[in-house]
Amino acid sequence: MRHRHFFFLFIFVSAVFLHGKTWVVKTPTLAQIITAAEPFDTIIVDGGIHRNTPYEIRKPLVLIGENGPVLDGGGKTEILIVHHDSVVIRDLTFQNAGISFVDDNAALRIEKASHIRVENNRFKDNFFAVYLAQAAQCTIRNNHITASNIRETNSGNGIHLWYCEDILIEGNQVSGQRDGIYFEFVMNGRIRNNLSENNLRYGLHFMFSDTCEYTENTFRNNGAGVAVMYTEAVKMHRNLFVDNWGSASYGLLLKEIRDSEITHNIFRGNSVGIYTESSNRVMVSQNDFLENGWGVKIQSSSLENVFTANNFIGNSFDIATAGRQNHSRFDGNYWDKYTGYDLDRDGVGDVAFRPVRLFAYIVQQNPPALILMRSLFVDLLDRAERLLPVITPPTLQDNRPLMERVNPL
Amino acid sequence: MRTIGKIIKYEVRDILRSKFVLFYFIFFLLLTEGLLRFGGGSTKTLASLSNVVLLVIPLMAIIFGAMYLYHSREFTELLLTQPVNRHQLFTGLYLGLAVPLGLSFGAGLGLPFLFHGFDDAGDVMLLLVMIGSGVFLTFIFTALAFWISVAYNERVKGLGISIVLWLFFAVIYDGLVLLVVAWFADYPLEKAVITFTLFNPLDLARILLLLQMDASALMGYTGAVFQRFFGSFWGISTAATALMVWTVMPFWMGMRKFTQKDF
Repeated sequence: MRHRHFFFLFIFVSAVFLHGKTWVVKTPTLAQIITAAEPFDTIIVDGGIHRNTPYEIRKPLVLIGENGPVLDGGGKTEILIVHHDSVVIRDLTFQNAGISFVDDNAALRIEKASHIRVENNRFKDNFFAVYLAQAAQCTIRNNHITASNIRETNSGNGIHLWYCEDILIEGNQVSGQRDGIYFEFVMNGRIRNNLSENNLRYGLHFMFSDTCEYTENTFRNNGAGVAVMYTEAVKMHRNLFVDNWGSASYGLLLKEIRDSEITHNIFRGNSVGIYTESSNRVMVSQNDFLENGWGVKIQSSSLENVFTANNFIGNSFDIATAGRQNHSRFDGNYWDKYTGYDLDRDGVGDVAFRPVRLFAYIVQQNPPALILMRSLFVDLLDRAERLLPVITPPTLQDNRPLMERVNPL
Repeated sequence: MRTIGKIIKYEVRDILRSKFVLFYFIFFLLLTEGLLRFGGGSTKTLASLSNVVLLVIPLMAIIFGAMYLYHSREFTELLLTQPVNRHQLFTGLYLGLAVPLGLSFGAGLGLPFLFHGFDDAGDVMLLLVMIGSGVFLTFIFTALAFWISVAYNERVKGLGISIVLWLFFAVIYDGLVLLVVAWFADYPLEKAVITFTLFNPLDLARILLLLQMDASALMGYTGAVFQRFFGSFWGISTAATALMVWTVMPFWMGMRKFTQKDF
């Protein structure tokens, strides 16, 4: 906190006394001007293609593009590296940061710096696009990141954070990278209103990133959906997970996530809506699971999770488990497959609902059996199992199934 | 050809008089209309209809087919005293039953949708596949019924065999497939399972519908194999050929029995 106060004071002082000069770059000598500029100067890059990469910034500067300037890494090097606090980078186009199998080459790397703003830039065909290492208090906003790699191995992440703190990532669009947004050892990150689609691996991928918040993002058609691991106190609200198809593709994969909240999200048309393994005390409420292959796949290693007030509509399988153990609670959800009645008209069904079909278990054990879906034989098996559970977990049932779907937001 | 036409004409009139086809048409019409009106959108309606199509059509076709042929036994014998080719007579009888059944099913299912419209474009394809496979099932199971009722003179026996045959295709066969899948769980069975489905017309029809309805579930690893096969030109032609074989084979067997039979 002290650090931050000092920073604001610094800005105030600089605004009053320093009156930073403004430089206009016409010819491609950006490197020289960056060297020549005083701290807190503004550099306006006026058009042109600048190829003398990598450029490095070692002082507080404002770098603004006008008339579409392009910084081109020529497929070999990194493009812009920021080593100092308080830098603004706006309206630039970064392209062709070099692919490397040794280094994490990035179009824009922010290294051990704080109070950086990266806004309204375009990133085209880079290895990594935005790379923050040991950065803090940064804002990455309204950037447009695209790449067109085909193989995961020669593709980097769209927005990559490693050992960062207090980062806001907002309104970006990422597509065609390896992971759209990647977090490792990040504290207190906020990811808002981004669109991450058509990435080769994960739309969002985070590990060891406690107390982060993900709201109103859209993750669509990514190679393996979204995977989040080894993290606690995560908040995921009002996100959209759609059309993540494939054998190892999940709307949302949770592995060792603890004490977290997943609310008001929509999972639509994924092979698996949520897959959860060894995740404890996760609150999953008021989400819509629509037309997924599997709504929720929950492994017995997941303890004390609560699923409540969710809508399960049009999924081929609502819930699937691996064994007879269940240590989570399903209570007060709406299931479109519920056929019970509500005599006292309190909106809650009088008969408990078992969302796990025997067939889901069979398919888990013998995948080729999937071809028997919707067969009368399988329906009969399911019915028998529901009456007298011998294979599916007897405790996995919703004792208060809702008669009407929970209203959307 | 003219003889076949005449027989069909007579038979259609006879069936219409028995009101069964009309009832059959109204059943599908009311069911579809009711589901569309009270059950929510077209997607949900089609999902509910798929079960009905896969169960009711084969059952109705095989039982009504067998019953009809036993019922009109005397008329058939009467016609056989006339200078009528047996091939033509059998074809006429078969088409005279299968075509009205198929038509009334298709119309009963399709008309309410024309009136109500669709929720999304994928449903049009699903409806077409459903009507197509329903018509195929009608032809297949009518042919099976004709074969059985020509082969067995005893009415009760014939009807019993029809029901058992339906039960076999609808339930028992899938149970056997599941058993095989569980027994040989250690082996890659995707291709084998696809082959199994070719030997059961009900499974074939079901999978064609499945691919339209449960796309996301099927995109799992195994599903992708199925999807790739049945989604490819080669797979679709194989499935269509199998359904054709399933129509022609029982018909041909029945025809052979019919031409050789000593009435």
